[in-house]
Amino acid sequence: MIDKTVASLAQALHDVQDGATVLVGGFGGAGQPVELLDALVEQGARELTIVANNAGNGETGLAGLLKAGRVRKLICSFPRAADGQVFEALYKAGKVELELVPQGNLAERIRAAGAGIGGFFTPTGYGTDLARGKETRRIDGRDYVLEYPIHADLALVRAERADRWGNLTFRKAARNFNPVMAMAARCTIAQARELVPLGSLDPETIVTPGIFVNRVVHVPATAK
Amino acid sequence: MSAKRLTRDQMAALVARDIPEGSYVNLGIGLPTLVANHLPQDREVFLHSENGILGMGPAPAAGEEDWDLVNAGKQPVTLLVGGAYFHHADSFAMMRGGHLDICVLGAFQVSATGDLANWHTGAPDAMPAVGGAMDLAIGAKRTFVMMEHTTKSGEHKIVDQCTYPLTGVACVKRIYTDLAVIDVTPEGLVAREWVEGLSFEELAALTGAPLRRS
Repeated sequence: MIDKTVASLAQALHDVQDGATVLVGGFGGAGQPVELLDALVEQGARELTIVANNAGNGETGLAGLLKAGRVRKLICSFPRAADGQVFEALYKAGKVELELVPQGNLAERIRAAGAGIGGFFTPTGYGTDLARGKETRRIDGRDYVLEYPIHADLALVRAERADRWGNLTFRKAARNFNPVMAMAARCTIAQARELVPLGSLDPETIVTPGIFVNRVVHVPATAK
Repeated sequence: MSAKRLTRDQMAALVARDIPEGSYVNLGIGLPTLVANHLPQDREVFLHSENGILGMGPAPAAGEEDWDLVNAGKQPVTLLVGGAYFHHADSFAMMRGGHLDICVLGAFQVSATGDLANWHTGAPDAMPAVGGAMDLAIGAKRTFVMMEHTTKSGEHKIVDQCTYPLTGVACVKRIYTDLAVIDVTPEGLVAREWVEGLSFEELAALTGAPLRRS
């Protein structure tokens, strides 16, 4: 019997290596796997490259990982936030490297990794500072920039419901990067608000099929 | 100049006037967000949010906030009946793939050829952040800019060539300012309309690139 569920956050993260590249789902706080990130601080892996749309909020989750000094480099589209003081201080002190990527290129580079694409030509960023030094090509009269996939060792995602095969559904706009990232890592760990028996997710509405998911850990919703 | 500049809401109303029923529209953060308040209730327009929403509705009532349902500025919103959620790669395929009819963005500068600068002032101590600006600028069938005609200190924002870092090249189709509506055409900038009490010559003087009458 296949059962991808694991009993604890610590068990889910037990083999994360120093220097790993980690995809982190979420758009700001929505869909961010906060509990997995807090557990990654406990786990202790260092020198991480984090790929996420934003750079953390407040002091927990991604901001907590940054604050603990575990992140060497952040690949990100929008590191600014009203409560983004942790990253901003590290960045200004030169203690973390930032690779800024336009948001759609970020999503597509991750998608490309998951889909086995070796690179793609995108119009986004052409003629801007963020495309400086990159290969370009004119195709049918339009200018494009060559972008490469972002492969990762690990993806941390947040789902709404999961079953023991790792099939996932999401909730509202908390979906965002999570299904794309789930496809792009050697090991994908999903935290789910609800674990449901196999067969109780409608096959027509499963967003991430279990083939993209290696481990599932139950993290019930906490009262806000 | 005896002309009265438009308020931010009057500018938003002008943009809303020009969005036809059935349009798929992305409204950028800041000034463009106001446009939603001026779309008539009986005109069905599909608002897109980069984080995976079509059919985005207004802010919820106090106490009804759902933090799994936020807009591009991470503020709580609602979903209209018929709305849909999707993941980020699909959301940006909607932009880059030319499926959105109109996007409305704020700007620091727009050039005579429709280059847009709106993501970074270029100040060396400023932490850069781009988000979806570059995808939006080049993605929609028509990109509109909404901004004050000049800076607070009176410098041109419509210029021959942008001095701020570019967001996109030759992507702006129309500029709505607090003084005028200006089309970016292959033949240059063309003023479609301008506020009462302002002469065309005064408008042209406040514009940092050659301007023609429609």
